[in-house]
Amino acid sequence: MLEATQTMTTKIMSPINLLHKHQKALAPIISLLLILLVTAIITPGFLHLRMIDGHLYGSLIDILHRGTPTAIVALGMAVVIGTRGIDLSVGAVIAISGAVTAVLTVNTDFPVWLVILCALGSGLLCGLWNGILVSVFNIQPIVATLILMVAGRGIAQMITEGQIVTFHSDTLNAIGNEFFLAFPIRVWIALALVLITIVIMRKTALGLFLESVGANVRASRLVGIEARLLVLSAYLFSGFCAAMSGIILAADIRGADANNAGLWLELDAILAAVLAGASLAGGRIYLALTIVGVLIIQTLTTAILTSGLPAQYNLVVKAAIILAVLLVQSPKTRQLLSQLFRKNMDYSA
Amino acid sequence: MLSNSIGRNLPWLGTLKRKTLQTSLAVILPVLSASAMAESLTIGFSQIGSESGWRTSETESIKAEAERRGYDLKFSDAQQKQENQIKAVRSFISQGVDGILLAPVVETGWDSVLKEAKRLDIPVVLVDRGVAADPSLYLTKVASDFKEEGSLAASWLAAETNGRCNIVELQGTVGSSAAIDRKDGFAAVIENFPNMNVIRSQSGDFTRAGGKEVMESFLKAEGDASNICALFAHNDDMALGAVLAMKEAGVEPAKDIIVLSIDGVPDIFKAMMDHEANATIELNPHLGGPAFDAILAHRDGKEVDKWIKANGPLYLPDTAEQEYAKRK
Repeated sequence: MLEATQTMTTKIMSPINLLHKHQKALAPIISLLLILLVTAIITPGFLHLRMIDGHLYGSLIDILHRGTPTAIVALGMAVVIGTRGIDLSVGAVIAISGAVTAVLTVNTDFPVWLVILCALGSGLLCGLWNGILVSVFNIQPIVATLILMVAGRGIAQMITEGQIVTFHSDTLNAIGNEFFLAFPIRVWIALALVLITIVIMRKTALGLFLESVGANVRASRLVGIEARLLVLSAYLFSGFCAAMSGIILAADIRGADANNAGLWLELDAILAAVLAGASLAGGRIYLALTIVGVLIIQTLTTAILTSGLPAQYNLVVKAAIILAVLLVQSPKTRQLLSQLFRKNMDYSA
Repeated sequence: MLSNSIGRNLPWLGTLKRKTLQTSLAVILPVLSASAMAESLTIGFSQIGSESGWRTSETESIKAEAERRGYDLKFSDAQQKQENQIKAVRSFISQGVDGILLAPVVETGWDSVLKEAKRLDIPVVLVDRGVAADPSLYLTKVASDFKEEGSLAASWLAAETNGRCNIVELQGTVGSSAAIDRKDGFAAVIENFPNMNVIRSQSGDFTRAGGKEVMESFLKAEGDASNICALFAHNDDMALGAVLAMKEAGVEPAKDIIVLSIDGVPDIFKAMMDHEANATIELNPHLGGPAFDAILAHRDGKEVDKWIKANGPLYLPDTAEQEYAKRK
């Protein structure tokens, strides 16, 4: 009898405990829901979904669809940031991989899978370059990846000869725009990538090792962790993710736009990781929350576009809301709020 | 009644039905070249670089025009660097050319080199962009008027829809002169028609991806595509992105929604051949003729306007095939 009551209490307590334990994790999710709610009030029909030709159609699907490239890039970025690094070159790698995809599709008879492999390979090469600069030559990540950020777009322009190269491929078009089981195919690709990464990071010691390298390189080395190889692999992964995103973005517009593809996407990816609670000082990797961060950013973009706001206010409104989300998430603000709350309670008592 | 009032307010609308319209709003260019005798000139041309297809065709057009007239054209590609352009202009001056064409990469920092040219009475013609310098330092500027491009687009649309149309607009990059002026020029004509309204207007950043994403959101926000009669995009690339968005939403571009844009890039002609776009206004790359004419007029001691507007024509699908072949 007593035992039964005890299990009952633990059962009742556990969600509340969970809430306390994961209070930080809840902040981005609550922010996302709030933004969705407010948008739904401002723009009626924003949450409305209907089926067209066997797939879902509506702004919510647009958010998933448009958020995919950023989500994939942010996944790699979260891992790199976890090692106390940063990868500014992802936007340029997107341009390179898109250019490779387009030029190979147009100029060669390569089958699609080979084109995709080549594009992913170009991303891995870029990642290898960044990784060697950071882990072998010990160049600061922000400087090391800045080199490719600037040069990479030039490389992409050389590949496309400065033109927008348009191509036609049914498979690539499917990756960019078609649906499978009511959802866009690219969303399934991103989902698979996220799940695989989470499993590798959390079901093996790899995630822990990466975080330990980010938190303290020397201590990690002393306990026998191969820090250099781990850092190198983080940049390889980021390059791979960026290349995947580049293929999707090129497939989306059926062309490679070397000047604009993935422009400033690195900033959104970094922001998503930070919204998830990652510290730029390394040591923490939150993969699922990073995706929530991406959804916050993309929801804002889509919401602003559907709201009819004059174009010149886009960036200011977006920045103000992001700032508000970051403020809410900061421990200091939360401390202040809870103090205020307690005082009020005292008065009312 | 309606067409009457169009005719009264905008008498030039009648001429708009022609297949390839030369800019009817524009100040008609002074026909100076008739007097171009077999005088051979040496002209220096400092180009920005070859960063876009448009710039490459501008370079080629100016070279071809110089060859046609038998001029000796000294060409210099600055690879996007002002210091290279200043060097090039100085070397043209020291070679004692008869005139200089300059496509300035930035607006500022030209005063001293322009003064050097003026001291030796070498006329400098700015092509396709302006500079922030005293207008007396250069002979003239030969460039498109973005406002007139917007107005031409609006007047074509008014004629096409009998002044009755709900328009969605894809703006260029916020703050760019092309976006501001094309929007203003379009709005200035639209406001004469009570039944023409811009129902949505957003920036697609001049890119295909931007145009596609914004058009998707327009279609969702309007709920029903039949409420949108036309799309006006500030450049062709955004229009091409929007065409993809329409097709994916099950809307037929050019049929359900009129697609109208500016620039005249090769791909928009291809889209017109495929019946997916209705009209484009060319951003004229053929600036050599008017620029050389201005130098000749100056040599004859004539007064030259400080801005020679060299707007391109509006193209329709019927000539798309030839135009595409020409540009490929």
